[in-house]
Amino acid sequence: MKPFAFARPGDVAEAVREVAAEPNAVFLAGGTNLVDHLRLGVARPELVVDVRTLTSREITDLDDGGLRLGAASTNSEVAADRRVWERYPVLAQALLAGATGQLRNMATTGGNPLQRTRCPYFQDVTTPCNKREPGTGCSAVGGYVRYHAILGTPGALPDPTAPETCIATHPSDMAVALAALDARVHTIGPAGVRTIPFVDLHRLPGDDPSRDTVLEHGELITAIDLPPLPEGTRSAYRKVRDRASYAFALVSVAAVVDDGDVRIALGGVAHKPWRASRAEEILRGGPLTEHAVRAAMDAELAAAQPQPGVESGNGFKIPLVARTVAATLRGLTEEQP
Amino acid sequence: MDADITLRVDGEARRLTVDTRTSLLDALRERLGNTSPKKGCDHGQCGACTILLDGQRALSCLALAVAHDGAEITTADGLARDGELHPVQRAFLERDAFQCGYCTPGQVCSAVGVIEEFAQGWPSHVTEDLTADPEMTHDEVAERMSGNLCRCAAYVNITPAVQDAAAQR
Ligand SMILES: Cc1cc2nc3c(=O)[nH]c(=O)nc-3n(C[C@H](O)[C@H](O)[C@H](O)COP(=O)(O)OP(=O)(O)OC[C@H]3O[C@@H](n4cnc5c(N)ncnc54)[C@H](O)[C@@H]3O)c2cc1C
Ligand code: SF4
Ligand code: FES
Ligand code: FES
Repeated sequence: MKPFAFARPGDVAEAVREVAAEPNAVFLAGGTNLVDHLRLGVARPELVVDVRTLTSREITDLDDGGLRLGAASTNSEVAADRRVWERYPVLAQALLAGATGQLRNMATTGGNPLQRTRCPYFQDVTTPCNKREPGTGCSAVGGYVRYHAILGTPGALPDPTAPETCIATHPSDMAVALAALDARVHTIGPAGVRTIPFVDLHRLPGDDPSRDTVLEHGELITAIDLPPLPEGTRSAYRKVRDRASYAFALVSVAAVVDDGDVRIALGGVAHKPWRASRAEEILRGGPLTEHAVRAAMDAELAAAQPQPGVESGNGFKIPLVARTVAATLRGLTEEQP
Repeated sequence: MDADITLRVDGEARRLTVDTRTSLLDALRERLGNTSPKKGCDHGQCGACTILLDGQRALSCLALAVAHDGAEITTADGLARDGELHPVQRAFLERDAFQCGYCTPGQVCSAVGVIEEFAQGWPSHVTEDLTADPEMTHDEVAERMSGNLCRCAAYVNITPAVQDAAAQR
């Protein structure tokens, strides 16, 4: 591991100044992703600034009926909070479907959505990877693509040597639930404070796959707000994986349903948590019958690009995600009294 | 780069100077001579390094020692008090819940954490009704202990051992 300086400043403003002043500085929260990356050589910072004890660990009720999750609240604490199970079951279920008890005790609200892809080539510093080392190419194209994207990619076989190619997925379960809930992210950065709609936090690779989110260097997440939901709203998270426990999602679905409105976010299919806006639009106001949901998902997935690769590539995700959405919505509507 | 820190390990304050890159696992094993937490993978994937960190189970391989200055740490070694094994340790012996024993200190610390989380009413992925008090069934224990891998596959005895210890609480 490359040597680095370590700092725990007195407050968040100072933490932001310290990171902003050093181009190769990073924030540290629970460390469950960053420390792994330091050891793998994926992250090679000069300075690590610990913010775990600087941001709030509280979960507080908001005046509008929503809930504020302090950036340092742990994944365990959020999942165990009665207000979260009762009002936002989709979020509790997503958190509990992720990682393990030990990891959730360490992982934080600020760090979880900012965890980086589990693309095996990204984690292996001996292979070319545009996300880790811009301009070196993408080793995943035509390779091991089981966990890779089918939506938001440039095509069925992108150019592996092009500097903009990246077919990685975002691995967080929590982020998929937050996207479906239309959460809002509060940040403080060198340019001051701002609030970012959660659905706009993550980005597609565009011309710079090294950037996972729209956050600027030195911009710190201080809290994430869950907006209030109308009375009677139902929500659920469904994760499909290679093992029953302790595995990242192949695909996952977060769904939020109330009278006439439906919100659907997909995990494991794109570089960011994917809001199925096309399907939502088609389903809005109508009955959520199996037939309607299947038709809406066909429209959503019309542009999906299966990636060829070892073990027959990842085309299996297209029918799998459609079925998983249908099963999730069936669960939510059948329970209805 | 070096930093001076204090850790309270198994009830005893220990001052040490660590390189900023040192994990809690390496600080405990290589610097403080406490080899009960084991290094299985060093990447957060196996649970062999599980300790209780400020009262909660955590992975010492993914924690930087310098970031936990002042922390209260309990290892499997410190669970036994005055020559008396901890109830979880006794249950592991009675149920023959290990073979080579390499994963065992991590399993035991994790189980202590599981039983406490359970007592607090924390749900798990397999809890059917998030709003009802969970029951410590086989499936609940297996899910909650899923972060502790056992290469000898002693799971058939580990799960009942944790259930036994939970029932005694
Ligand atoms: C074996 C294993 C299995 C896992 N399985 C799953 C799984 O199934 N599902 C899942 O969703 N996740 C899984 N995870 C990932 C885990 O959930 C994340 O590592 C964790 O949520 C990251 O949170 P953290 O607080 O530890 O972040 P850190 O590791 O401390 O930081 C992660 C990143 O966020 C940045 N950061 C942290 N806090 C802030 C902040 N407040 N503002 C700005 N930047 C910040 C850091 O600079 C770093 O780049 C797994 C991890 C492991 C090791
Ligand atoms: S998919 Fe993205 S993260 Fe994976 S090797 Fe290609 S560029 Fe790197
Ligand atoms: S050594 Fe820490 S989880 Fe394997
Ligand atoms: S007893 Fe051998 S690894 Fe668990």
